[in-house]
Amino acid sequence: MKYALLIYSKPDWRDGVSEADREAMFGEYVALNDDSRCVASGQLQPVETATTVRVQDGQTLTTDGPFADTKEVFAGYYVYEAGDLDEAVQVASRIPAARIGGAVEVRPIVEM
Amino acid sequence: MLASLIGFLGDFDLAEEAAQEAFALAAERWPRDGVPDKPGAWLTVTARNRAIDRVRRQRRLAEKTRLLEAPEVTMDEIDDTVIEDERLELIFTCCHPALASEAQVALTLRALGGLSTEEIARAFLVSEETMKRRLSRAKLKIKQAAIPFVVPADHVLPDRLHAVLAVIYLIYNEGYSGNVDLAAEAIRLGRVLASLMPDEPEVQGLLALMMIHHARHEARFEGDDLVLLEDQDRSRWDREEIDAGRQLLDQAIALHGRGAYVLQAAIASLQADPEVDWEQVASLYAQLSRLTGSPVVELNRAVALAQAGHVQSALDIVDQLDLSQYQYLHSTRAELLRRLGRTDEARTAYRRALELARSEPEQRFLAQRIAEL
Repeated sequence: MKYALLIYSKPDWRDGVSEADREAMFGEYVALNDDSRCVASGQLQPVETATTVRVQDGQTLTTDGPFADTKEVFAGYYVYEAGDLDEAVQVASRIPAARIGGAVEVRPIVEM
Repeated sequence: MLASLIGFLGDFDLAEEAAQEAFALAAERWPRDGVPDKPGAWLTVTARNRAIDRVRRQRRLAEKTRLLEAPEVTMDEIDDTVIEDERLELIFTCCHPALASEAQVALTLRALGGLSTEEIARAFLVSEETMKRRLSRAKLKIKQAAIPFVVPADHVLPDRLHAVLAVIYLIYNEGYSGNVDLAAEAIRLGRVLASLMPDEPEVQGLLALMMIHHARHEARFEGDDLVLLEDQDRSRWDREEIDAGRQLLDQAIALHGRGAYVLQAAIASLQADPEVDWEQVASLYAQLSRLTGSPVVELNRAVALAQAGHVQSALDIVDQLDLSQYQYLHSTRAELLRRLGRTDEARTAYRRALELARSEPEQRFLAQRIAEL
């Protein structure tokens, strides 16, 4: 069964985190990516680079950024192959963002 | 039987339907052909085979196809002893932390307590429709998110067991609601869990706690009025239930149980003695307070100290607690001040408690205390 691990973090998470700690966390993200159960992953550029698209009456409307201020922003994801929810939660709990004020949303992926 | 079916099929709804079909078939056949030698095994085997038939007919959901490979079971291959008891797995699934707390409670009562959806709805004062939705949503999540049907691995077992115990204690504390005796239901669940996990002291501790409390429930009310422990008519206590609870508590302590439920059961047990050893009660509250860090436990410790004669130390503790919106902080403080002869301060504290009191019997009680000062 495939699970999406959607990573949300506080935009200012870097404040007060030392260079060494950031390096260590980067290592943890790479390790999670190299795990054989990891099917896909991606890290997003900061939310300032986002563009929101809507189509109304056949017209494409683009706006700068997401439209609401949020404390946590979507920052990246992994897709993991796991036997059950407990295994997926175990992986999610190793994602650094989850322990520094962010959160990881675990969602099963519809099997095609 | 339901637990074993859910374990085998991995699907609550399918298991429930299959069990119903098996019971219907039994109602039709047993009076005609006689009751089989092993009725339980007959029902389980019949239900399993019915479910396999159904899946074969439907063949819709890919995840169920593993059943197609399972050969049909015959009575020769199975008897009561080999039908695995999977109630423990079922409890852990129902109380999985990925489910909302109210869904955990409802699922546990439905799957293990055997209450109907209608009874659960009435007990929690919601419509049957709402409860039906709550249950289906939880069952759907179990299926779609693949919440496992297993006893958790050792490294997560303490946390997960704590969640199970919390659900049972929550059911117990709902008490008697909507014609369903939820306290008795919780005790029944506690017994099942205690028989399945006989080496877990907190499981025994919770059951002991519920039984010792429950033994006093007849004496706790006089009409609509709450009767304080020291004023209760002890002849209305259920002695047998207290003794049974104490036996469980002894087992839990022998298993080196020093957890929150064991401590609370020990306190309840001491309070059921003819002469309460308040020093001992206070010392158990001190242990519980270190474990939980709860200010309400500290307040209880203060009450026990005052009962043991240490009124000033009790007041010192109460004055340090950050519970200014808590009625019982003020009523306790008032009582301590009264005992120390500080009448004016006692009156102010009673008035504050009265402002916060919401139930009528409590308001009556506090108003009378003020009048007596």
